[in-house]
Amino acid sequence: MNVKRLRKASWIIFFVTPGLLIVGIFILLPLFMSLYNSLFSWNQLIPVQFIGLENFKRLFTGYPYNIRFFNALRNNLIWFLTTMVVQNSLGLLFGYLLSRNIPGYQAFKRIFFIPVLFSIIAVGFLWGLYLKPTGLVNNFLAVIGLDSWRHAWLGEERFATLSIILVNIWRWVGFPSLVFLAAIDNVPRECIEAAHLDGVGEWRMFWRIIFPLIIPSITIIVVLTVIGSLNVFEQIYTMTGLDGGPNYSTDTIGTLFYRTAFGSVDAGSPEIGIGSAIGVVIYLLTFLISLISILSGREKEVQL
Amino acid sequence: MITDLRFRGASVPKRLFILLMIVVMCVYVLLILYPLFNMVISSFKSNREILTHPFALPDTVDFTNYRVVWVDKGFNIYFLNSLLVTAVSMGLVLLFGSMGAYGVSRYQYRASTIVYMLFLSGIMLPLKAAIIPLFLIIKRLGLIDSRLSVIFIFIAMGLPSTVFILSGFMKGIPMEIEYAARIDGCNDLVIFRRIMMPMTAPAIALVTIYNAVPIWNDFFFPLVFLQTNTRKTLPVGLSTFFGQHATNWSLLFTSLSIAILPMLLLYLFMSRYFIKGMTAGAVK
Repeated sequence: MNVKRLRKASWIIFFVTPGLLIVGIFILLPLFMSLYNSLFSWNQLIPVQFIGLENFKRLFTGYPYNIRFFNALRNNLIWFLTTMVVQNSLGLLFGYLLSRNIPGYQAFKRIFFIPVLFSIIAVGFLWGLYLKPTGLVNNFLAVIGLDSWRHAWLGEERFATLSIILVNIWRWVGFPSLVFLAAIDNVPRECIEAAHLDGVGEWRMFWRIIFPLIIPSITIIVVLTVIGSLNVFEQIYTMTGLDGGPNYSTDTIGTLFYRTAFGSVDAGSPEIGIGSAIGVVIYLLTFLISLISILSGREKEVQL
Repeated sequence: MITDLRFRGASVPKRLFILLMIVVMCVYVLLILYPLFNMVISSFKSNREILTHPFALPDTVDFTNYRVVWVDKGFNIYFLNSLLVTAVSMGLVLLFGSMGAYGVSRYQYRASTIVYMLFLSGIMLPLKAAIIPLFLIIKRLGLIDSRLSVIFIFIAMGLPSTVFILSGFMKGIPMEIEYAARIDGCNDLVIFRRIMMPMTAPAIALVTIYNAVPIWNDFFFPLVFLQTNTRKTLPVGLSTFFGQHATNWSLLFTSLSIAILPMLLLYLFMSRYFIKGMTAGAVK
């Protein structure tokens, strides 16, 4: 009996160890190291002294970190809200129309998904060129006679963040569309057909029947949007640069984090301690907001 | 089907609604296709032509730009590096991921839930936020500027979702098949290789696309860890190239076409798989 159990145990160990080892070293260990490192003061790559929560205090209240941090956080919030309102509502609309087999839906479905496959880097650089003062967007505005609408889209503080967000929505709206399409296709046909035969209009059909039944996938998209908005980096890096220009107006937690860890915040040297503190803040925000979305989504879920 | 949105037999307001929606969708289609088309035609133009006649077709179709970017500027090497890094990481993600999924879903033991949770812990944690400790670990391992650094990180990035999707799939395979094989004298490794792997093939195809696309496109980790030009992957190489040739729009559009068109071509032939694979994590 014991030999048999031992054999079973060694097979289990054989199967799970390689994977666990890699997850342990490259995901779990770094998580704990971030927490641990954030409690020390650092000289380049060497921890000097245990200083408790001093790094967090400096991040939240010490110049220039406090100004940069809250400015960046504000932009991440703008990213989240704009993406939720524009991209995910469009996704919901497209998903709904595709699920009702609107004429041409096969082609629409395939074309909408094209930009989702491209790297953010290529998309960012491409639109970075188009949004230049002499780029395609301004040329197009001139052709249709809207000369006064021409702007340095990435060079003016009031347009820069919004332009980058719109480019990101251009790239990604096909994703929620097809996730919602799959979710609506999973709603039992009888429900929709019965409502249709009862003469329920499109508007009521959507809000009263389909929406409550696809709450789980809405929750997933919200959580993915939270994670995505907190991780914005490449979009800024390619379109307005690591400093989040002009004048930090497009700065995000991601770019600030990178500058703190490797480059310089306002021409200072790399700060591992404060960088780790930012990392911990990103972890906590991701975890908390995702948890809230999941819990409130579960509350609204409806079972057939 | 009767619930389809069709013009025929619909009331006038409904017809208008359908028409309006089709127009909205067509606008987005144009917004997708035209910028890509303009990118390709710009790659055949000179700088002057791009700035003075942005919408005109190129006078000649001349592939000199492509040769310059592909050969002289080293995009062939970036491309091969991306291929190498993606293939090796994906191979190991699939190997370790399917082994892990088998280990947590096909045996009954008390710690199985804990092991499963450990695998899944990475599914919500943004790995980017851990770049500082990752940097310290990779430095300790002596892998800075080695392609192995990003390969290890990509494997870690892919494992949680792979174990999640595959173990869900494997749970649905009846245990009796395994018992029968065991009576025939197969050991666990043979069962895994000869029975489980073939039976999970559809899920493996899904997981491959789900992970390979983000790995192929990843920029952040190669940016931090790969410094030598001949080791860079395509996204990082593209970024370096943009830094060096900021004013030569003709070459920039060529480099973008080289970065974007292969994926587009692949998608044309396998769009169904791409759509299913990429949404696999969010669709049950």
